[in-house]
Formats: sequence, C-alpha cells, structure tokens
Amino acid sequence: MEVDRREVLRYLGYGRAQADETVMELMESCLEQLEAAAEPRHLVREYPLMLLPENEIDGGCFRTKSRNLSRNLKDCTQILLFAATLGVGVDHLIQRYNRLQMSRAVVLQAASAAMIEEYCDTVCTQLRRDYEEQGLYLRPRFSPGYGDFPLSCQPRLLDALEAGKRIGIKLTDSFLMMPSKSVTAVMGVSKKPYRCEVKGCEACSKMDCAYRRDASVPA
Amino acid sequence: MNILQWMKEHHVFFDGGMGSLLQAQGLQAGELPETWNLLQPQVLVGIHKDYLRAGANIITTNTFGANRLKYPEGGAWSLEELVTASVENARTARQEFWEEKAAEGTDPTDVEERFPAFIALDLGPTGKLLKPLGDLEFERAVELYKEVIRMGVKAGADLILIETMSDSMEVKAAVLAAKECCDLPVFATMAFDSKGKLLTGGNVETIVALLEGLRVDALGLNCGLGPVQMRPIAETLLAVSSIPVIVNPNAGLPRSEGGQTVYDINSDQFAQEMQKIAELGVFMMGGCCGTTPEHIEKTVRLCQNVPVRQPEKKNRTVIASYSQAVVMGRNPVIIGERINPTGKSKFKQALRDHNLEYILQEGVTQQDNGAHVLDVNVGLPEIDEPSMMEEVVKELQAVIDLPLQIDTSSPEAMERALRCYNGKALVNSVNGKQEVMEAVFPLVAKYGGVVVGLCLDEKGIPETAEGRVQVARKIYDTAAKYGIDPSDIIIDGLCMTVSSDSKGALTTLETLRRVRDELQGKTILGVSNISFGLPQREIINAAFFTMALHDGLSAAIINPNNEAMMRAYYSFRALADLDPQCGDYIGIYGGQQAAGLGTTIGRRGGSFGAGSSSASGGGQGNGSQGGSGSAGSGGLSLSDGIIKGLKEAAAAAVREQLMSRDALDIINQEMIPALDVVGKGFEKGTIFLPQLLMSAEAAKGAFEVIKEHMSSSGQVQEPKGKVILATVKGDIHDIGKNIVKVLLENYSYDVIDLGKDVPPETVVETAVREHVPVVGLSALMTTTVPSMEETIRQLREHAPWVKVMVGGAVLTQEYADTIGADRYCRDAMASVNFAEEIIVEKRM
Repeated sequence: MEVDRREVLRYLGYGRAQADETVMELMESCLEQLEAAAEPRHLVREYPLMLLPENEIDGGCFRTKSRNLSRNLKDCTQILLFAATLGVGVDHLIQRYNRLQMSRAVVLQAASAAMIEEYCDTVCTQLRRDYEEQGLYLRPRFSPGYGDFPLSCQPRLLDALEAGKRIGIKLTDSFLMMPSKSVTAVMGVSKKPYRCEVKGCEACSKMDCAYRRDASVPA
Repeated sequence: MNILQWMKEHHVFFDGGMGSLLQAQGLQAGELPETWNLLQPQVLVGIHKDYLRAGANIITTNTFGANRLKYPEGGAWSLEELVTASVENARTARQEFWEEKAAEGTDPTDVEERFPAFIALDLGPTGKLLKPLGDLEFERAVELYKEVIRMGVKAGADLILIETMSDSMEVKAAVLAAKECCDLPVFATMAFDSKGKLLTGGNVETIVALLEGLRVDALGLNCGLGPVQMRPIAETLLAVSSIPVIVNPNAGLPRSEGGQTVYDINSDQFAQEMQKIAELGVFMMGGCCGTTPEHIEKTVRLCQNVPVRQPEKKNRTVIASYSQAVVMGRNPVIIGERINPTGKSKFKQALRDHNLEYILQEGVTQQDNGAHVLDVNVGLPEIDEPSMMEEVVKELQAVIDLPLQIDTSSPEAMERALRCYNGKALVNSVNGKQEVMEAVFPLVAKYGGVVVGLCLDEKGIPETAEGRVQVARKIYDTAAKYGIDPSDIIIDGLCMTVSSDSKGALTTLETLRRVRDELQGKTILGVSNISFGLPQREIINAAFFTMALHDGLSAAIINPNNEAMMRAYYSFRALADLDPQCGDYIGIYGGQQAAGLGTTIGRRGGSFGAGSSSASGGGQGNGSQGGSGSAGSGGLSLSDGIIKGLKEAAAAAVREQLMSRDALDIINQEMIPALDVVGKGFEKGTIFLPQLLMSAEAAKGAFEVIKEHMSSSGQVQEPKGKVILATVKGDIHDIGKNIVKVLLENYSYDVIDLGKDVPPETVVETAVREHVPVVGLSALMTTTVPSMEETIRQLREHAPWVKVMVGGAVLTQEYADTIGADRYCRDAMASVNFAEEIIVEKRM
C-alpha cells in the first residue's frame, strides 16, 4: 500500500514543516515494518435507510439521533455499513515499541493511522465506482464519534457486520475498537450525485486541533 | 454410549448452520438468537431434528453468544434459563427423533445405539479481546465460560464444543474452564483464514501444540472459509495433530446479492468437497454458516463409507508461543539464558526495582542475536517469585513472539506462569526425585508443555552415563502415569565441569547419544557449566557445544549474545547438512571484511531490526541502527549527539568524557542544556515529536552510561521526586502517557508507571503509599474522561496534597477545568514543566 508520507508527518504534528533525514529514515523503516505486520481486511453490507423527523435515523440495523449524520445522509435511500482494520499485528508491533523505543512507537502510530485511512479510501473508491455503474452515488464515510453521531452505536454496527468473528474487530467496555487501527462508517447511497466539499478531518468541528489537515488554521 | 467411545470406530457428523436457519424462520437483524430458546423453542427443536434426520450425530445448542457479558445479571433475559432451554430443546429433539425411528420400525431398545446423538454445549468467543491488547482479564474469561458450562452440564449436555475461536488465549480460557468444572469431553475448533492464520496471529502448528497440551479430545477448523479453502489447512492439521481433526466449513465463500447472502458453491459441491477432506483422514465433520440439513445429508451420504482412520501419534516435541512453534528435532534449538539473575548484579537490581524494561531488553537482544526460545528465571530470595514470574511472562509475551522456557523450582511460580502463558511452554524442570515429579507433572498434564527432565534423583547426580539413562527412564515412566507422552519430555544429561572431573564431558556426551539411540528421546543442556573454574571459558564452551551438537543435542541453553557460541552453532549447521547450500552461514559471514574473524552478533536481520541498543551491554552494534549512527561517537559532541537523537554517538561521547570529567558536570553542563535546547525547540514548533523522543532516548542511553560509572565509584544520583503516571480506567491507549514518561525520566524524575486501564483506587493507594506530589493522568476518548474525573475526585479526598496534571487527545483546558485538574498539559514538555514547577521550584 502506498501511504502518503505527508499524512504521516501531519499526524506527527509537522504541519507544513519538513522532517529531517533521521526522521524520514525512521518513517520509511516503520512503513516497511507495518507493511509486513498489517493484514488489512474489510466488510461492507447494504441496509435500507429511513430518515425520520427530528434527525432520527433508522439504518436497518441501528437507530440513532444525529443532526450531522442526518444531514450527511440527505436524499439517501440506503446505507452501506463499512468496517475495516489493519489487524492485530499492527497493535503487537506498536505495543512492542511502546515498551522499548518510544520514538519508533509514535512514528508507527502515525504511519498506521495514515495506512488505515489509505486502505479505507482505496476500498471506498472502488465501491464508489461500482455504485456509479448502477447510477447510484455514495456519500463520504461518516463514523460514530464524528459530530453528534454517538459512539454508543458502535456495538450494533459491528454486530450487524459480524465484525468480531469475521475480521476480528472487538470493542472495549468504553467502545474503543480493537485492533486500534480499525474504522467503522456508514455511507449513504443516493440517486442524486453529490459534490462533496468536506470530509474527514475538515468536517470536524475541533478547529484548534494541532493535527488539523487544513493548514490555513493556525496550529 | 459416550461420544469418545463412539468416535473410536465411527464417523462423527456435526450439524450445520444455525443463524441462517433462524433468520429464515423470522429472526430479525439485531435480535439476540439465544432468546429464541425460550421464545420459539419449537423452531429450535425443529432445526435440531432436521439435522438428526440428515444424519448428524452431534447437535449443538443455540448458545454461541450466551455469556454474562451479553446477558448481564438483572437484564431482560436470564442466562441460566436461556442455556438450560437450549439443552432442553436439543434433548426434546433427540427424544422425538428416536421415537420417530422407533415408529419407523427400529427396535426401541436399540434405537439409541443405532442412532447415537450427542448434545454439544456450544461456546463461541466472548466477543471481547483479552489483555494485553484488549480489556478482558484472562481469569474473567475463564469465569465467563465456567458459568455457562455449569449451566449446560446441569441441563444435560454430553460434550463441550468450543468453536469459531480466533484467539489462542481465549480458547485456552475456555478449555481450562471446561476442564476445571466438568468431566465432559472437550472439542475445540478455530477459525483460520485462507493462509492458515488466525486473526490474532496464530497458525495451525501453534494451535495444535496449545490444544494438544491442554488435552482436548478433538480439534479442528470451523467458519471463515468454505470446504475448498479449508482442505489445504486440514491437510496441514492432519500432518501435525495426534488427535482427531474436526472440519466444519461454511457453505462456501459468501457474497451479498440484493441484501441476501449467497455462497459460491451448492450443497452437492459442498458434499463433494467434504468427501475429498474425508479422504485425507478426517472423520469428524459437519458445517457452519450457511450450511443446512441438506448440506449435512449429502455430506453424510458421500462420506460415511470413507474408512475411519484414527490419527497416528506424530511424536513431535514442540513448544509454541501465540504465533511461533519451535520443534525439537535434528535442527538444534537455541535457548537464550540471559533472563536469569544468577551472577548478574544488574539483573538482580532490575528485579528489585521492578525494572521490567531491562528484562524485556534482555529478551529482545537475545532474539535479535538468534535465540529461538527464551529461558525465564526470576528467582531471587528477597522478591515474591510467583508474582514476578507471572508478570514477566505476561510482559515478555506481549512484546516478544518467541516461545518461553519457564525456569523455576517453585511449583507456585511454575503454575502461575503456565496458566497465563499464551502457548505451550518449555518447563524447566523436573528430575528423578519422587517429590519433584509429583509437584511438576500434574502441572504439565494440565497446562501442557514440554518438560525438561534432569538426570538426577534422591541419590544425587549419577557419575556414569548408565546411571543417568536410568534416571531418564524413571522420568519417562513416571510421566506416562500422568498421561504425559515421551515426546513432551526433553532430557538434560547434565554437564559437570571438566576442571574437577576430567571425564565429565565424555559422560555427558555418552548420555546424549544413549538418550537419542536407546530411548529415542530429545536432549537439552546448559552448555556453559562445562568450563566452570577455567580461564577463557568460551573457548571450551564453544568446542564442547560443537561436540554435543554432533552427539545429538536437540536444544542448548546458552548465551546467544556470545560470538564464539553462535559461530559454533552456524558452523555446525553448515557442516551437518542442516543449512542448505550453507545459505545462513554465507548470509552472516559472507562479505565481511577480512580483518580477523567475522562477527555473528548484530549481523542477523533480527526481528527488531532497528537500533536495539541493548541494556545488557552486548551491542557491538554494527547492525543497522535505523540511522542512529555508528558505534563510535564519530567526532560528534555529547550535546550534538543528544540534539540530533543519535543514541550510539551520545553514549560513546559520554564514555570519552567520563575519562576526564566529573559525571555531574557532564550532566549539568552538557546534557541538561542539550535537552533544554530540544525542549524549547519543541515548544516553539521547530522540533517535532519524533525528534524530541529520539533525543530523549539518546539522553537516556547516555544517562545509563553515567549511572553505571557513578555506581562503580559508589556515587548515586538522587532523583528529583516521584511522579505517578496512569492511563485511566477504561482506556487502553497509553502511547501519550509513555511519551511523558520518557521525558520525565530524562529530567531525573522517578516515574511510577501504573500502566493503562488503571482503576482510580490504584492511583489513590499508590499516591498515598508513596506520598507522591504529582500525578499525571491520560485519557484518549471522551468515554473515559468520566473515569479521569472520578480518579481526581478520589485523589482530592484521600490525597489532598497531590497536584494533578491531565492530558490526552480529547482534553482541552476547558475540559480539564471542569473535571478539577490542576493543569492541562497539551504535550509532553508541558508535563515536564509542570513537574519542575511543583517539585523543583517548591523545593527552592
């Protein structure tokens, strides 16, 4: 997988700054280790969607109330439930260096975060193409925890996909996903094309975040 | 009739899928399947009966997800009622089936014999990930399974079927639970992927080692794959397993069509594939997701005439970690001996100080230098060995994937290590003394393991090889009484020092040969004893090692960081036709400069690969250092070495300086100012986190050198003060906390690291006991901030002097204020500044 080095640096807090040679070498070595340790897997399933009054959403396998998600799913008739993970090998690797060499642990952390994003984007680009062939359009991924889409939906989403059994994503008591480099999301399916301006990082309301992608916002 | 008797001569046919059939009858998405045991018992009875009619002899209860986590106490459903009903439904189905058969003309007194049907209590994964990566405690998992097993046994289940497992530690919890609370047969099947791997990293060999060690009655595969993809995995399984193999595939590979799951093969193709699997030697089979009574009926028809072949004993002497199996065979196995305090004052100190990083580093260095197994000995009179052993085993297996050798004379320490060990361990040791055998063999029989048998008994160490072989025989014979197979024993012929007995080596070598030839046994030796009392011990050690290898030594407990020993090892393999085309030998020694002999240490690719500058001082380190410089300082000043984050260069520079300067001067005039440069740069945004940490690690390495120097001259450097760090309860992401720890240690704070998922009570207790002035708490998720708040509340109540700093991804100044923290630290430097403010400035 070709991981965007600038994304890795952004997760490390570099913003637009350049990293020196030792850090770049460390990053390359981390990416190599991750390539060997990661076993990316994903699941997708389609469900009917009903947008109810007062921002209530019936996604077939879950029900919730979320203004942000309702807006994201406007004009959609179905949703795709999506889950992806890099697998537990990456966590083993990070855990190892977490005890032995923190500089490597933080770079692995950042590089694997970029890697799971990259993987999700690759899978979703393909899905988007497949759907467009049927004249349908996909909305951007929207994950529990974005805006007011509650994290407490997580168990239902993972159960519906049988994500524990099939790709090994489990939840802790506080709804953290394990393996840690895992993503769940819903994507609206609509007959209307939709030009998306913002997604992911830029869609977040935490404007003072040091890791924000939009460099016009001062860190 | 008991299933174990039945399967000695007959095929065992399992039933097929349950979930898809329930859905077909109206189970809604999101509805809990087990509730149908009470809501729709007739549906369950019907499904079970259909499978029996199709020819299944095992019907599994509808309890895959039935555990206390999904059905909590006081919830809408009683777990006990659900489990009991599941078994009752199966029993009703069986009874009605038998009545049906009698009505069709089978002699009613004969029907149970002619159509045997066994009820398997079905146990799936808990749904949670176990520690250390997840948050479920191993013993809690054992308890969760025990609870359901007790209910199922009481209701009349005939056997325990543990299935769809993908975590070796979790399946171990389930098997132990079954063994500890009932006498029913236990079957366990795992969900592998198409490459034969588990989601948690295990493979067929590691799982067979683990499950055979735990004495399950049959093991195998289910779910995840169709029969086509399972066949090659079944083949591997049959090649290594000495117990019967189960294959329960899905109906095929699934795909979604218009919201429906469809499979790539039909029931006829399924049965044909199952027949191919049966012909490999599998006589226990059925189906999993998507399979129906039709699949089973066709499978039974095609497979029932394939002869039942019981598996042969494979006589493999094998141990395993969660992900790596090591076989003792012709290829000699290296067991690293360095995790052992004997004669090592630094190691002893590390144990007393609870310095687990030091021990981990010893493990990593040995792995990088070629160890296949790590010996773990933490026996020291003044520490609590059983607790330390358990802790060290947990830590090591979380960080290093090599199998471990549990080395202790304390049966309690041994049991605690074996219980928490994720795999099948090497157990060091038992000997011919009755008392010792009685203590150790039951543990090996329960938890599995290959046990080292020392050739000594009540009468001492026999002087002759004949005497030692006799003790070995006694060990084999006694082990057999505990159900321990000879292949799970490895004999230590013992090595007496040649300086006191000139025939010592010859006696040992003869013992090796005779154990191999007369007992067909495997052998192990602690090689370096041979040279005790002699000068230049490694000369003798290496020569003796080669001789022992030639005489059949299967495993050697040595120091893999020792150049001479590793040269002997690689040469022996090349000479004994164990290194095809001398590939490994050339890989290591080829292309080295001609000056002197080539080096082994640090040359291997190593799993760690990058810059594991070792705490054991063994790092001659001309290996790849991930850009962190060469062994010499390369003319760099100490200050530059730290600022640029070059670990080796900084250590070398400090060594040079110590020859002419006072240690404290070096710290105060060079190191602290260099760290300040980096710290300020980080705060200004000109230096970033990876560099900050690389500098911190370089400084840490330099501090180690100074510390060693000072302690050899009797000086000590007082820490500035104590700081507790903890990632709060519910949160298991501790990377931020660890960053803070590295920096605080750099600034000479004594950090008490409580780890992750730490209950408020633990933080409070420690703060009170150690009278700690500063506590740092981290939380990553909004969901765990309440436990941070609770921790602060309890600290205020019981330890009002404590100042609390908080940090973590979701925190902000505002949030920190709301939960009553003293300081919000946006990054690691901010926490150093806070500690300096509270601890140092207060003191002035």
